[in-house]
Amino acid sequence: MINRRDFLKNTAIGIAGITLPLAAFEIIRPEKILANMSGTSKTRWVFLVDTYKCVGCGLCVKACKNENEIPYDANVTRTWVERYVITKDGKLHADTPKGARDGFTTSRIELGQGKYEEIRDEDIIKAFFVPKLCNQCENPPCVQVCPVGATYQVPDGVVLVDRKWCIGCGYCIMGCPYGVRFFHPKYHTAEKCNFCYHRITKGLKTACVSACPFGARQIGNLKDPGDPVTKVIMTERVGILKEEYGTKPQVFYLGLDREVK
Amino acid sequence: MTHGELWTIKELFVYPNEYIYWSVQIVMYPFMTGLVAGAFVLSSLYHVFGITQLKEMARFALVFSFALLFAAPMPIVLHLQHPLRGINVFMTPHFTSAIAAFGIVFSTYGAIVASELWFLYRKHFVGIALPLKEKQDKTLFEWFKYLVFCALTLGVYDISEESLHRDEKAIKILAGIGIPVACFLHGYAGFIFGSVKANALWMTPLMPVIFIMSAIVSGIALCMLTYIVTMEIRKFLASRRKAADSRYHQSPGEAASAELGVIRITAKYLLFFLIFAISLELLDFVFRGYTAVKSWDVLRSVIYGKDFINIFLLQYTIGNLIPFILFLIPGLTLRRAVVGVILVMFGVFMMRWNVVIGGQAFSLSFAGYMHYHIPVWPHDWETFKEGVMGALAIFIMPFVLFWFISRIFPVFSHEEAHSEKL
Repeated sequence: MINRRDFLKNTAIGIAGITLPLAAFEIIRPEKILANMSGTSKTRWVFLVDTYKCVGCGLCVKACKNENEIPYDANVTRTWVERYVITKDGKLHADTPKGARDGFTTSRIELGQGKYEEIRDEDIIKAFFVPKLCNQCENPPCVQVCPVGATYQVPDGVVLVDRKWCIGCGYCIMGCPYGVRFFHPKYHTAEKCNFCYHRITKGLKTACVSACPFGARQIGNLKDPGDPVTKVIMTERVGILKEEYGTKPQVFYLGLDREVK
Repeated sequence: MTHGELWTIKELFVYPNEYIYWSVQIVMYPFMTGLVAGAFVLSSLYHVFGITQLKEMARFALVFSFALLFAAPMPIVLHLQHPLRGINVFMTPHFTSAIAAFGIVFSTYGAIVASELWFLYRKHFVGIALPLKEKQDKTLFEWFKYLVFCALTLGVYDISEESLHRDEKAIKILAGIGIPVACFLHGYAGFIFGSVKANALWMTPLMPVIFIMSAIVSGIALCMLTYIVTMEIRKFLASRRKAADSRYHQSPGEAASAELGVIRITAKYLLFFLIFAISLELLDFVFRGYTAVKSWDVLRSVIYGKDFINIFLLQYTIGNLIPFILFLIPGLTLRRAVVGVILVMFGVFMMRWNVVIGGQAFSLSFAGYMHYHIPVWPHDWETFKEGVMGALAIFIMPFVLFWFISRIFPVFSHEEAHSEKL
């Protein structure tokens, strides 16, 4: 029979024994080692959208779907274009049929459930297109809420998803205020725009930037003062989406309107 | 087809990737953990605070809480797109996520309930294992029973007065630790929702507290219901047995009055927690309306428009107000109590529904809506698990488990006395 003194002694040794390896886990955190090895990243990928140049052709959406193997007919997309029409009565009409994969082929506004709203040209006071994609937030809520660490931010700022580790709980989808995340129809894991990480890390442009005939989309490195995108962001009046969530989005917009959702 | 597309109907301006990703199983998840936590708190009222009127109910509630415990994580597992990877949460828990600690909190709680049960039933295990040990020619069933109960004693056969007294002390301590852990378990479920800053309906610090209160309400209601039903079945069996066996020591009349006494006391606690739950929810409503931040326009249109029937008729009127009146009218009868607790449970279920589904009823654009059409008849695995049938299966599970578990942990004390007498 174990007596109280021995019990307490053994418990103390046991706890100390368990604590030591736990402390070791803290010491060998892989991201810290990686950070120490490579130093601070010289890159911070950012995106610039010039809404004045966007015509809503949807070539970017098409290119993205093909490049990133998002089933073409699935009603989900890594990037999309929104149309905003404000009429003289001050009303806002907005839509994004199929994420504008095929562009905006009709002037009617989609209302969902197969319904459309006819708007007469003379009633329109202002109208414009806004391309959307993942904001690669500096403070990404999706990374914060992932229970298994399957989504993570790399040192150059891009948020990636590990398809082999994602459990498909959908918490990141719920956590994103921009609605950029969805479940991949084939892999059934969380999916989102990653600035075509496989391309930009090889010196290429993203698929959408390459596909845009009007230069409405540009990608750049914020840590490079000579980068044309950086110059625009630093010197011109740019806006970001949903600042109030504190996510610090890194997709910057020229010509953002208060009506943009 | 994309996950969620099947049961989501979009209206007006909704972002292309938005669907109702968290469907009925995520409604079931807080509902079931709520029942677990509620049942446990009810049993602790006796063990910790010494409310002796609840003695009968306490034992029952603890065993039922144990049965519910196994069913509670099932909705999450069913909901996962990769259920087999669920274990990843234990392997690489990412602690900034509110879900990451679920396994730890849940196992802690499970360990507490299991140990409390063990202390409570230790005497019972020994009482069965010892005579079987001595018995010479055991039948195959008796061998099996002997092995099971022998294992359950964990090798401790000391049932002296002194050691039983120590058991009681342990139960009291475990129940005492269990209350905050049960509240944490469920408050934690509330935190999972309340901390989603992207969701205007969910994000409120009141969410964990609201969840705990409604959890206790639903847990008490379910315990009352199951208690009444099992007592009625036992009374029915007893009256049949009585005709055959005159040695049966408790008359159905006695049982009925004892049962009503337990139910009336428990109903008082139910009311108490119900008032708390409703006050907090109303506070949340008033606060949202009064502060009227950016999201209020769309929230108002959902609360007072799209979901009006779900919230004000099904949840508040049928699920709260009517049972509230039913319990307040003096001279509570069993029949009235049954109607009351069923309505209360329905009300809590609707509250979970209105939070989970209601929180996805509007677009992140605040300029569009999504309607949830729950699949009723399944035609594949996905429509089963995300539909009515999947939810029903989860709801029935604890009752089936309870039947099995109560073979090992008899919930009615006089059954024990009865067998000892024989």
